[in-house]
Amino acid sequence: MRQFLLFITIISVGVLFLSRLFYLQVYNSSAHNLYEDNAIRKVYDYPKRGFVYDRNGQLLVANQPSYDVMVIPREVEPLDTIEFCNLLKINKEQFIKTYKKAYRHSPRLPYVFLSHLSKEDYAVLQEKMRKFQGFYIQKRSLRYYETTIGANVLGDIGEVNNKTIKKDPYYIMGDLIGKQGVEASYEKTLRGIKGIKFIQKDRFNRNIGPYKDGKFDTIPAQGKDIKITIDAKLQAYGELLMQNKRGGVIAIEPSSGEILAMVAAPTYNPNILVGRDRSKNFTKLYNDSIAKPLFNRSLQGVYEPGSPFKLMNALIGLQEGVITADESVTCYRGYKYGNRFMKCHCNSGTRNNLIAGIQRSCNAYFATAYRKILDKESNASKGIDNWSKHVKSFGLGQFLNNDLFVGQKGRIPDRAYYKHIYPKTFYSTYTISNAIGQGEVATTPIQLANMAAAIANRGFYYTPHIIKNIEGEKLKEQFTKPKKTTIDKAHFEPVIEGMLQVYKKGTAASLQVKDIDICGKTGTVENFAIIDSTRTQLTDHSIFLAFAPKDNPQIAIAVFVENGYWGSRFAGKVASLMIEKHIKGHITRTDLEEWLLKHSLENEYAKPYSGEPFKINGQTALQIVEEQEYYRLKRLLKTINKPKN
Amino acid sequence: MVRDTNRHYKFDWTTIILFFLLVGFGWLNILSASHTGITVDYFDFSQPFGKQLIFIFLTFGLIILLLAVDAKFYERFSSVLYIISMLSLIGLFIFGKNVNGATSWYGIGSFTIQPSEFAKTATALAVAKYVSDLNTNINRLKDQIQTFIIIIIPAILVLLQNDTGSTIVYGAFFFVLYREGLPQYYLTVAISVILISILSLKFGAYISALLALLFVLIFHFFNKKKIKTFQSIFILTIAVAISFGVKFFYQNILQPHQQDRISLWLRLEKDPIKLQQMKKTFAYNLNESEKAISSGGFSGKGFMEGTRTMGKFVPEQHTDYIFSTVGEEWGFLGSAFVVITFVLLLLRILHLAETQKSQFSRVYGYGVASIIFIHFLINIGMVMGLIPTIGIPLPLFSYGGSGLWAFTILIFIFIKLDSNKINEW
Repeated sequence: MRQFLLFITIISVGVLFLSRLFYLQVYNSSAHNLYEDNAIRKVYDYPKRGFVYDRNGQLLVANQPSYDVMVIPREVEPLDTIEFCNLLKINKEQFIKTYKKAYRHSPRLPYVFLSHLSKEDYAVLQEKMRKFQGFYIQKRSLRYYETTIGANVLGDIGEVNNKTIKKDPYYIMGDLIGKQGVEASYEKTLRGIKGIKFIQKDRFNRNIGPYKDGKFDTIPAQGKDIKITIDAKLQAYGELLMQNKRGGVIAIEPSSGEILAMVAAPTYNPNILVGRDRSKNFTKLYNDSIAKPLFNRSLQGVYEPGSPFKLMNALIGLQEGVITADESVTCYRGYKYGNRFMKCHCNSGTRNNLIAGIQRSCNAYFATAYRKILDKESNASKGIDNWSKHVKSFGLGQFLNNDLFVGQKGRIPDRAYYKHIYPKTFYSTYTISNAIGQGEVATTPIQLANMAAAIANRGFYYTPHIIKNIEGEKLKEQFTKPKKTTIDKAHFEPVIEGMLQVYKKGTAASLQVKDIDICGKTGTVENFAIIDSTRTQLTDHSIFLAFAPKDNPQIAIAVFVENGYWGSRFAGKVASLMIEKHIKGHITRTDLEEWLLKHSLENEYAKPYSGEPFKINGQTALQIVEEQEYYRLKRLLKTINKPKN
Repeated sequence: MVRDTNRHYKFDWTTIILFFLLVGFGWLNILSASHTGITVDYFDFSQPFGKQLIFIFLTFGLIILLLAVDAKFYERFSSVLYIISMLSLIGLFIFGKNVNGATSWYGIGSFTIQPSEFAKTATALAVAKYVSDLNTNINRLKDQIQTFIIIIIPAILVLLQNDTGSTIVYGAFFFVLYREGLPQYYLTVAISVILISILSLKFGAYISALLALLFVLIFHFFNKKKIKTFQSIFILTIAVAISFGVKFFYQNILQPHQQDRISLWLRLEKDPIKLQQMKKTFAYNLNESEKAISSGGFSGKGFMEGTRTMGKFVPEQHTDYIFSTVGEEWGFLGSAFVVITFVLLLLRILHLAETQKSQFSRVYGYGVASIIFIHFLINIGMVMGLIPTIGIPLPLFSYGGSGLWAFTILIFIFIKLDSNKINEW
């Protein structure tokens, strides 16, 4: 018996050790993952983010270096906090707070401890970094904007959020990602692919050499430069004209679908969203729920299109054969349907054919045309579906499916849409407001500009897009293949003639530009806001749609100016000037330019928030900008006109 | 010396093969744990792996020498060897060189020698000699005390030199003496004291005292041999005293850092922040070594490819923590191989010891197995977090010339004795 004590003990210990080994190495062990091994330092090599150029090759967005202090909490050793805080120019509370945050995020993953060090701070800190184990400096590339315009077009980059990290394992905490504009829609092209180096560390956190001779290292793929379709000069000019106003301007080249300018007002200087003040400034922009500078009105603003939509009804009427160009409708200062009445500006007894109807924007004419379209087969339900189909072929009421980061569908109703309001009977008169672009129809400025382009092209359009060229890549077919509308080419001529007459002697007669045949259509749209739970009418939106020249059009444009009153008052002027700027390169109608710079709509925008009753439309006086502001704008105008490199 | 009659010397090749397996595999791991940089110069004798290579080559000469000496020499001169060994330990107090807080080395130039490693062998020989003496009866208290003195002298000497690990090794002789007839109650008492202490620390003094009471009652009423009541009461009193005494000792006498070690070992500490702190301070080595072993997984990261080994995350990895290299680079398969090889070696020696005809050889063989076993138990147990941190090398595996030679001498003396058994009558 005695000789078995040691024998049994040895065997028991052997079994105990094997079980412990099994527990440690098999049961409790995860497969060796290089990314999670804290003996291996992962050094990311961030490629140069691609530059952004405008259509004429002007550099808009470049890069600048920036340095972030990163922390891996698990590897932090006790340190001289005071010295560290002094170097980083933070206080101890901030240090503790950020450290705790980093720890909660993950003890073993890198966390941005302090972002965007200045070059000077970086130089000092780098010397002493080895004293602070668990901390290191990550070099990054920040954006540098060579311009002050186009914030809504260019967008910005910011730190990737947790949601994205979970969705896309490419990104790690602290990476920069496109947040808006082309930075977001062309993120993958611009960013390239970061490289990674695996470096063997020792327990003092020192690098001792590449892991397995760099077998697993990857080299970064450089980000590609892109050229966007925006004409920086036209964009700058548009932004200037829209100062002190709110709304959107979209200009498209009809022959290609390229977006020449995309103005959202108010806007901001893209440079304020770079560097250390980014989050402060972003919060400020984000919290401005009144002016909404981050809201891209030219893409996301859904407005009733108003009178420009009449062109659509004219085209559908002609296509369906329910009206002809010569047929006239007599207007008795409006249109009577049932026991209701739709007012019109025409003198009583005016006889309008199609061209005159467009030129005078006669409500009676288009109400008649709209009813004829819907009642074609004496079935308004069928009629409206057919009508809706035609409208949608112009890209209205649906996403354009383009390369812009944001967008809205707008709204083009069909029978199904009205099902819950009119479940049983449905007559053409129910939706008569659609005849004049009000009621249920709603569009975004870009959709309207696209409609103008489709009219300019006499029946087809290219999906509006912002990308002109990616180095070494061909443009997607989606942008190079024309989309046909359901309207035959022949039907466009009378409508275009009507649009030309708008400029010659109609509602935009005062906006003529010498030597350019502009075809346009004004729009004045009633709008309402809920103030203290009462629906209150505000000053009308000023809307304008145009293209030019009449033959071989070079530009199609849609302008929305919120609360600008009638169409040619604000929007028309902006459109005419933009067209002249694009086609001639200089401005002859400086009177219009002067007028726009001088007038502000800020007083209109302040009204709903004033808490007092206010007057609208004709009963109000226009606000003139202060002298200082006027001179500021004049100076801006000079810099835009000055030929730049 | 009967050189011409080779058939009378039958060396146990199983033991020799197991010995070289461990030494060889050990060297590969020392290489992995101690080389720096990308390229490896296997004969860089300034590095531990290079030095160990020299030590291993010298081992061959040592083995030949050990096997050439007449078997009777070891028995006859065991007292002399013991005395020389003790003198060399005492000499350390005067000439010793302090390394890491322990004065366990003689330094001759860059060469150092650790006499405590050799003292284990000498003590094993002396104990074998004393116990196998015809006049010795281990059941007698006087002989027990004399044997204890032989063992306790080197144990105390190394303790005074701050080498706690080596002191504990002398506990190995308990197995030897028990095998040779030490009364049963030594084992009962030893196991009881250990059990009561651990129970008291882990679950509290009351629970451990209660368990002791239960146990004594069962024994009192159900044992065939009648136990007197006062005996039971006496045992119970002592058990309860140990229960509370250990708790009191732990809480009031031990230093905080010693308390921390025990509380970590018995998993008493539940506060994650405190645990985190422990892992950064005294438990750093343990934590890193457990992580290294764990990261090896089933089949390991491959020879010379352990990231934690290359990064030198585990301090002292080529000496006391060498097993963590095995764990990381060779995984469960390699670690199990080492554990099983050790177990086989121990069982082989034990088996050979039992087959010896002379009591001297048997006692010595038992000593060899017990000493290696204690090292194996404490070292691997510590590296895997089963035993509190005690600095002690893994025999044949860890870096170090003294250690390697001392174990070579320990084992090959036995191989020589064993080979001589056919000449015994």
